[in-house]
Amino acid sequence: MLREGIDGVRIPSGCAVSAIFSKNGHRRSGENIIRSIALMHERSNGLGGGFAAYGIYPEYKNLYALHLFYEGKKAKEACEEFLNEHFDVVNLSKIPTRKVPSIKDEPLIWRYFVEPLHTKLSESQLDEETFVSRCVIRVNSEIDGAYIFSSGKNMGVFKAVGYPEDVGEFYRLEDYKGYCWTAHGRYPTNTPGWWGGAHPFSLLDRSVVHNGEISSYDANRRTIEMYGYRCNLLTDTEVITYIIDYLNRRKGLSYEETASVIAAPFWSAIERESEEERRRLTYLRSAFSGMLITGPFSIIVGFTGGIMALNDRLKLRSMVVGEKGEDVYIASEESAIRLIEPELDKVWAPKGGEPVLYYLKDPEMV
Amino acid sequence: MALSELYPPYEVVRNPDRCIACRVCERQCANEVHRYDEDLKKMTADESKCVNCHRCVALCPTRALKIVKTDHCFRENENWPKETIEEIYRQAGSGGVLLSSMGNPKPYPIYWDRLLINASQVTNPSIDPLREPMETRVFLGKKPEEIHRDEAGKLLPNLPPQLELSTPILFSAMSYGSISYNAHKSLAQAARELGTCYNTGEGGLHQDFYPYGENTIVQVASGRFGVHKEYLSAGAAIEVKMGQGAKPGIGGHLPGAKIVGDVSRTRMIPEGSDAISPAPHHDIYSIEDLRQLVLSLKEVTHFEKPVIVKIAAVHNVAAIASGIARSGADIIAIDGFRGGTGAAPTRIRDNVGIPIELALAAVDQRLRDEGIRGNVSLIAGGSIRSSADVMKAILLGADAVYIATAALMALGCHLCRSCHSGKCSWGIATQRPELTQRLDPEIGAQRLVNLVTAWTHELKEMMGGMGINSIEALRGNRLMLRGVGLNEKELQILGVAHAGE
Repeated sequence: MLREGIDGVRIPSGCAVSAIFSKNGHRRSGENIIRSIALMHERSNGLGGGFAAYGIYPEYKNLYALHLFYEGKKAKEACEEFLNEHFDVVNLSKIPTRKVPSIKDEPLIWRYFVEPLHTKLSESQLDEETFVSRCVIRVNSEIDGAYIFSSGKNMGVFKAVGYPEDVGEFYRLEDYKGYCWTAHGRYPTNTPGWWGGAHPFSLLDRSVVHNGEISSYDANRRTIEMYGYRCNLLTDTEVITYIIDYLNRRKGLSYEETASVIAAPFWSAIERESEEERRRLTYLRSAFSGMLITGPFSIIVGFTGGIMALNDRLKLRSMVVGEKGEDVYIASEESAIRLIEPELDKVWAPKGGEPVLYYLKDPEMV
Repeated sequence: MALSELYPPYEVVRNPDRCIACRVCERQCANEVHRYDEDLKKMTADESKCVNCHRCVALCPTRALKIVKTDHCFRENENWPKETIEEIYRQAGSGGVLLSSMGNPKPYPIYWDRLLINASQVTNPSIDPLREPMETRVFLGKKPEEIHRDEAGKLLPNLPPQLELSTPILFSAMSYGSISYNAHKSLAQAARELGTCYNTGEGGLHQDFYPYGENTIVQVASGRFGVHKEYLSAGAAIEVKMGQGAKPGIGGHLPGAKIVGDVSRTRMIPEGSDAISPAPHHDIYSIEDLRQLVLSLKEVTHFEKPVIVKIAAVHNVAAIASGIARSGADIIAIDGFRGGTGAAPTRIRDNVGIPIELALAAVDQRLRDEGIRGNVSLIAGGSIRSSADVMKAILLGADAVYIATAALMALGCHLCRSCHSGKCSWGIATQRPELTQRLDPEIGAQRLVNLVTAWTHELKEMMGGMGINSIEALRGNRLMLRGVGLNEKELQILGVAHAGE
């Protein structure tokens, strides 16, 4: 079977997304997020599910947590050789899983807590995050059968081919505690041959879950590949993740500014703004014109200390936000929020292109 | 009739039952084909002069005329077709270089017609352009490399000079001199109404057209005709013409007969003198020289105008474009080998250069491979015939396209390819007052506006079908293209998959 991305296959898909974020940094287990995404069972078809959790590795919070899929021992050996050359590996283990009948053909799944070797880092003349991200991209594009699917600090991605609720059970997510959880159930229109294609997609601590199919894909891909990224998976989510990483981390744009690039306001709306705002928006839109994303999408971006929800400019995908006290809920359908928090202080559907952002009240608390 | 080895290529067919001998055809034909025979009391025709421009056909009030290709023939010979034999007779007679006008008519592959566009089904909704915004506005120019902020952290919009267009279609360079005052006026007015630009070509800018500056690209070519500070400052952008698709590697020649009155004044050369543009710019013998010219043009205009460098699509166009992208230029215009011209040596027009589709794909990919695509915008020209060609060019990687042949057709051109004779019956490629007055600039401008408006509507329909509502999401989006009937190598260069893949 052709494998998504690896064999040049691109698979469009529909999806469900959900997220829970605690502004006061309260850490909760993965049980609620599994219930929420499970409610939207009809929006996935058992061919991909996954979660991202933030604040789950406080004991290793200064180390990069690498989650890896290996197709066999040979890939593991090759990859570990690479990791040992570039990183100080502080801890390594299999990621604990339990047998679930519907989850089959699992690869070897390993976790490494690492920090870059100082000699290698200074030799590269890169900042630490760029160094790590380059290493991740290199492993994923050059070591056959090895795939780093999570690479941030104090966060982790867990994903598989299967329904998301089964994936959650498989990875024992009830054993992790995070202040932010995002989840994804996938409805691809073709059978992906391997687990890398499931969501969330992440690079460093930025993870993206995404519902939609972007029509600007190849324009975006060819733009971002100019800046050292390699879109190996050929999925929309991958290219969105790289664009956010580029704009936010490398160009220093805020998440709001990033949203004004990827879901830029229409020119007619820009013209109604004040002179100063018009210049700012025109600048963002024309300076990064290759990164405008069109076509239907709703995305939830997780990052250290915060979360962003964003819809495409026309709002061609559903997405609802709810608040209750210090907790925030985001989901494709309101029912998936009400299930875990029936009494909300506030609930609304954000407008197309309008980013919804939440940050931890005290970034130091986790 | 002069004695000639050549049988006329066209025959004038006149329906005697319909002809009322009103002599309109006689008055309209700049080539003096038609004549009223007083003795016979009927119209006659000297077909040897006919260029098949359709002026008489279009104006005949009783539709009594049509022009047909002659069926007179040589003995059939695949190796020696009629055209080749006749060209030999002509050169044996004249000893001269064969001249032609307009674009390469030879049966080379037309890749536009081997590319197909995608549309949304099920997984992604198409968008209705009548009900949803559909954006065709483009900004051409260099993109900033670094973000700058003030002390309070506010973004400083340090965008280098940009050419802002409401639609990704510009009128390509055609000089005042090669085409008429009225043709230029039509283009200028249409460009203003459409929110796009026309291009002066190498003929300077007539005083009357300075008010259209915001919609004008002023060209600097190897002859430097009509170039001065006020001219450079008048336009929205400056174009350095290094080459032209119809005649890569050679200069230009506007015969003294066309250098009359205002044309002479605008070009700043004496009346009746030939305007000869050298093959190279004699101050540009290499890429670093180009950089100096680009920077001096910017210096003169206070770094307020984007500079376009126009090159012909030749074999190593990708490497050349890569050099230009580092030369300080903001925009590269690439002109394919089917691009038109007012006059070119036939052999060069028909045999030099490469198709724009391949050149554009190669340049866009090369600039991306080198990470410098953001340094420049790309304009593709050299036979863009319809909105579908525009769409395909943008999907291959163009920011915008140049059209000229299509624009001339909107003004009345019937593609008789005889511009070099200076006797354009439609009043476009001529300076004879009795001919130029045939083109009403108001009507001409309106027809140009109609054409570009129609194409823009069609672009929006196709964009909506693909689920794309902004032109920047089309640029270089090659996944939206598929090839049909192309070989592996062609697909590889175009960077597209084959239909069915």
